[in-house]
Amino acid sequence: MTIVDTRTPDPKTFISGATGDWEVIIGLEVHAQVTSEAKLFSGASTGFGAEPNSHVSLVDAAMPGMLPVINEECVKQAVRTGLGLKAEIHKRSVFDRKNYFYPDLPQGYQISQFKDPIVGEGTVIVSVGPDSKGEFQDIEVGIERLHLEQDAGKSMHDQHPTMSFVDLNRSGVALMEIVSKPDMRSADEAKAYVTKLRTILRYLGTCDGNMDEGSMRADVNVSVRRPGGAFGTRCEIKNVNSIRFVGQAIDSEARRQIAIIEDGGVIDQETRLFDPVKGETRAMRSKEDAHDYRYFPDPDLLPLEFDQAYIDALIKELPELPDDKKARLIKDAGLSAYDASILVSEKAIADYFEKVAAGRDAKQAANWVINDLLGALNKAGRDISETPISAEQLGAILDLIREGTISGKIAKDLFEIVWTEGGDPKAIVEDRGMKQVTDTGAIEKAVDEVIAANPDKVEQAKAKPSMAGWFVGQVMKATGGKANPQAVNALVKEKLGVE
Amino acid sequence: MSVDSATVRRVAKLARIAVNDEDVTAMEAELNVILGFVEQLSEVDVTGVEPMTSVIPMAMKKREDQVTDGEKAEDVVANAPASEDHFFMVPKVVE
Repeated sequence: MTIVDTRTPDPKTFISGATGDWEVIIGLEVHAQVTSEAKLFSGASTGFGAEPNSHVSLVDAAMPGMLPVINEECVKQAVRTGLGLKAEIHKRSVFDRKNYFYPDLPQGYQISQFKDPIVGEGTVIVSVGPDSKGEFQDIEVGIERLHLEQDAGKSMHDQHPTMSFVDLNRSGVALMEIVSKPDMRSADEAKAYVTKLRTILRYLGTCDGNMDEGSMRADVNVSVRRPGGAFGTRCEIKNVNSIRFVGQAIDSEARRQIAIIEDGGVIDQETRLFDPVKGETRAMRSKEDAHDYRYFPDPDLLPLEFDQAYIDALIKELPELPDDKKARLIKDAGLSAYDASILVSEKAIADYFEKVAAGRDAKQAANWVINDLLGALNKAGRDISETPISAEQLGAILDLIREGTISGKIAKDLFEIVWTEGGDPKAIVEDRGMKQVTDTGAIEKAVDEVIAANPDKVEQAKAKPSMAGWFVGQVMKATGGKANPQAVNALVKEKLGVE
Repeated sequence: MSVDSATVRRVAKLARIAVNDEDVTAMEAELNVILGFVEQLSEVDVTGVEPMTSVIPMAMKKREDQVTDGEKAEDVVANAPASEDHFFMVPKVVE
């Protein structure tokens, strides 16, 4: 494979070493578990967290004479994902055997796709940022390929002094290996890429993206070079299982490589592991036997073939993807690019926003979702899925503002109450007398009282009309924030005789 | 194409087959005879011929996405030399 450098060296991403600047080159192989009921080649369940070896068929355990039969849903999911990555779909692909021995691989080979993958080259647009100025930079990350393969089982080494325990529940679960081109130049870019990829997969519903359950793992390829120079030797960091660790692994590996080169050494191409506790990478032991997988076409499986009509039918069913949704929110709902980016960043947030915005003012809905809801969630360290305020409840609060039942200020208090106590916003406003006072008589009385109590301020206001604001504030305070601010403003000016 | 004794050892190692020096000598000769025999195929001009993947033209059979199997941990580990709580037990392997 010839590597094409698609990026212009950007000093912002450089790492400074003892002898000058370095540029880090990153490519990622992301393993994403396909969302399906059954496994790729057997009828056993893919459910997480089951009793050992209970989600295993005799096919997954590689009993003699068992034959694989492909799950059509997994094929569809791979094609959908390819479409979401704006990639070329291959109407004919081939399954190969990747041969190696490990106790959690009962077949002695993994069924994968080597020469002819189901999906070819594509592109992902990644927003990196915000930087210190609050700005985002869009970069394009090329996709090299996507192929279908089987997951392996799981070994546990801490259950017994001399034996490892093997559970094959994951064995045979369908994975998509999504290989990027080496188009990333910093840990932040790589993290943003994995985040975007996860967003796309979640919008498509082809992978749940739960990294802590192992549904998504990344192998990270890292090399360093002088800015714009020839590519260096890369190391592959295997099985990094969180986005934060992807960033840490890249930073520590880049520093390790720079230190070696600056000391006059050379980088050995090798496979490494990231140790999250120490925050550094280390070489894997089995180096002597450079992997020789001896790929060959799996004689148990025919080539996977489908026609354009099959692809077209899947295109028709595709949901709106984050980039399209963002463009629509900017164009049709009039949101800023920044707000739209935040709202589409997670499917759950986008769904929430769209529920709140339905039939309401989109900009106002966006402000409340981003500033109030996401702000509060962030402060509480919670995820959108754990929000104590439903989209319906927030929508009801916005309705109360629009009807003039409550002021914007009272709405913030109402938000707090619903957040901590729950309940129907409308009923809360009724029960606790939070309704905005629009009765001019009552407001007038309050205005008169404030004016009567502050004759000196009245004199000042006559000379300096902006003092009227102070009176408005006093009236609002006197009415517990419930007076309609516009009405107060008008009355204060009238009574003071200022414009 | 022919193989030397180093290749025989490597292939055996990759296949996790233990071979002694005598085996290697014998296998080297045997493999070279087999490879020489197969080599005759390269005399055939296959320019523009697609590799055959199936004797009769047929599409790959597909399965619906339904859970139809599993829940038989007892059967799965029945032949295991060692097992505990339905786990396979193997000599400790730690990377």
